[in-house]
Amino acid sequence: MIEFRDFGFRYTSQSEPTLHNINLKIRQGEKILICGPSGCGKSTLAHCINGLIPSSYSGEATGELILDGKSFKDQNIFSLSKFVGTVLQDSDGQFIGLTVGEDIAFALENDRTGREEMHRRVEEVSKKVGIGGSFLTHAPHELSGGQKQRVALAGVMVDRVKVLLFDEPLANLDPATGKTTIELIDEIHKSTDTTVIIIEHRLEDVLYRDVDRVVLMSEGRIISDSTPAELLSSNLLIKHGIREPLYIAALKYAGVRITPQMRPQRVDTLVLTEEDKKKVRSWFENLSIENEKINDEIILSAEKINFRYPDKERLVLKDLDFSLHKGEMMAVVGKNGAGKSTFSKLICGFEKPSSGCLKLNGRDLSELSIKERADHIGYVMQNPNQMISKPMIREEVSLALVLKSSLTHEEIDKKVDEVLKICGLYPFRNWPVSALSFGQKKRVTIASILSMNPEVIILDEPTAGQDFRHYTEIMEFLKELNERGITIVLITHDMHLMLEYCSRAVIFADGEVVADKRSEEVLTEPTIVEKACLKKTSLSDLATMCYIEDDTAFIRRFILADRGERR
Amino acid sequence: MINIFNYIERKSPIHKLTGATKLLCLLIWSLAAMTTFDTRLLAVMPILAFILFFVSRIKFSEVKVMFWFTFVFMILNNLLIFLFSPEHGTEIYGSRTVLFTIFWRYVVTSEQLFYQLNVVLKYLATIPIVILFVSTTDPSEFAASLNRIGVSYKIAYSVSLALRYIPDIQREYHDISVSQQARGLEIALGKQSLIKRLKSAVDILFPLIVSSMDRIEIIANAMELRGFGKDKKRTWYNSRPFAVPDYLSIAFCVILALLSICLRFVDGGRYFNPFI
Repeated sequence: MIEFRDFGFRYTSQSEPTLHNINLKIRQGEKILICGPSGCGKSTLAHCINGLIPSSYSGEATGELILDGKSFKDQNIFSLSKFVGTVLQDSDGQFIGLTVGEDIAFALENDRTGREEMHRRVEEVSKKVGIGGSFLTHAPHELSGGQKQRVALAGVMVDRVKVLLFDEPLANLDPATGKTTIELIDEIHKSTDTTVIIIEHRLEDVLYRDVDRVVLMSEGRIISDSTPAELLSSNLLIKHGIREPLYIAALKYAGVRITPQMRPQRVDTLVLTEEDKKKVRSWFENLSIENEKINDEIILSAEKINFRYPDKERLVLKDLDFSLHKGEMMAVVGKNGAGKSTFSKLICGFEKPSSGCLKLNGRDLSELSIKERADHIGYVMQNPNQMISKPMIREEVSLALVLKSSLTHEEIDKKVDEVLKICGLYPFRNWPVSALSFGQKKRVTIASILSMNPEVIILDEPTAGQDFRHYTEIMEFLKELNERGITIVLITHDMHLMLEYCSRAVIFADGEVVADKRSEEVLTEPTIVEKACLKKTSLSDLATMCYIEDDTAFIRRFILADRGERR
Repeated sequence: MINIFNYIERKSPIHKLTGATKLLCLLIWSLAAMTTFDTRLLAVMPILAFILFFVSRIKFSEVKVMFWFTFVFMILNNLLIFLFSPEHGTEIYGSRTVLFTIFWRYVVTSEQLFYQLNVVLKYLATIPIVILFVSTTDPSEFAASLNRIGVSYKIAYSVSLALRYIPDIQREYHDISVSQQARGLEIALGKQSLIKRLKSAVDILFPLIVSSMDRIEIIANAMELRGFGKDKKRTWYNSRPFAVPDYLSIAFCVILALLSICLRFVDGGRYFNPFI
């Protein structure tokens, strides 16, 4: 149904091809995962299948690509839209209609379907994805992330497509919603004979339900095309910058050899011999860990904070108590809308609490303006494009210092050079910002905050949408800053990040703090996991399987070993 | 935040009319009100308009911002008319009944007052209808109705998308502006020179434009992937077939417009002249 034959592709704007020598066959009814690090060409591959290439992005193709029995040259984005339905990464951005019903009907409208039939088909398909009935009149902002994704899915299924293509479906979802999304995709795949192609670099999360094949890509080539069991038994994932499932990594550290016969594709299908289990146990028992000390000195505290937006009824934050210790790296987690971002806005003074008190080093913050607070607390927004206002790196990083105007030119230059060096941007100092990658832009925004010498930096989803290599790069950099004495707060959905880098996690749910614990303890408590839409890690399952009772300790030891391995 | 296109959901006969009906009625009604200077008709139309407003169950408090805005505009317009042509009324009606003199050429005449009364009535006849249209028409139905009266659906859709994204962009502007303030950017008025203020506006607009471009690319791709722009025509999920009230409403507005034209012949011109 889809066949690439010696296919290559080069974007008009680039000198080197993005895809080389692609040979890939996808058959009717298969479920395929395409994974690979950022820039490996997996999105380009997807664009070739759904027709965005050449419709929106032009370039030069070599070789042959057969789609629905015809050469891609004889197809266009509109004819392909009947064959393949694409669910884009950003379920917010692709919401076109003003209500759920209208959005689902969008493709039908463009097909000039009659009113009656349109309403009938919308109802039918919305039931299939579980958002029928009264939901149809809801506006997008009334929906949760998971519901939006269901709408997006319904919006392409309504066209009765033969192929469903998911472009990084997990990117903006909290762990629990990500899990239900994978379940939903699986149900749709099983109940229809639709072919499913998932593009995602978060391997473990996708493998939570069976897939037929995993295609691993790197640098524009297909590296391997095999069953998940075969791929996990190899060392290809690590080599090409994809994170292995945690239980697989743990087994490898313990010296267990992974073979396809162990059915390693999912933790619940995994079969271990008693000998393997013994290996894991002895690895666990032989690792010693010292308890990191947490500094008692409190740098930032919140007491009984209440907040509601003007002219809104609902309290976004309720009687919130919070404290941040000096020099720590802390995670703030919880599902979307739990009040995490609002809370950081209150700290920075972007919004004012309805009642309650915020203190920095014991001093009441309410008398300080946004600008004055910024000298102590820096805030880095999720999207670097929303923060960068100067075309050149040097200008951008020095912006805050120049605006302060109490400094001389020499002082500014000295400070900027220093910050650029810390952030590893010094070699690029005279580059335009537009020439940088996402991770580098993120560094620029962090550098421009650092120039103000803050004691605390709050980062909103610093690694969202980043692959393993970029994630490690950004996080190791933050860790370095933390070691220099800057207190860091990370607002995140990423459980790996919380486990790996943060000693403490504060869990938000419905505007309240429901837990404040060591990171690894959070994920072993079912009630918290459920309340905050998190997901327990596969390490707990592995621990249970190997008769290890203290799964918290097991997770901690794994993280230590893992960090040691990567340095 | 003031929402310009503020759809207010209610259950009322006006809401039940299709978007196309409402758009047509709005256009015909305004045409009738704009072209005529027959005071009798102009006196009846505001009364009708306010009755319709009552029928729509929209509360005055919900639309008062728009009301006051246009009200101030109306007063300003009237003052300006008087300032620049205090004798306009006498020219039109061909007589001059002086009431009193303010100073210099500013003489208040009955004719001028009567003329300006007509202007006020025109405002009163149209404002409630425009506000009524805005607050009872779902923006997506608005796009559908634009298309129905002959505007290309691509243009109609861009209009409705633009309207839809206004709140999002306002929110983003706010986010960017506070984060820039945290870096020392001064946006308060009056604290600095105009040039500096323009510079800081650029510092906020630059990131806003960059991130809006991203947004546009995503939505454009999403739309194309689902077949937008394939044919010359499309159908609308939210469009509804015309029902009896729709035909009645349009017929009523057409009668109004015809009346306004007929009165022209009766009056022998655009103006109804009581001074003869």
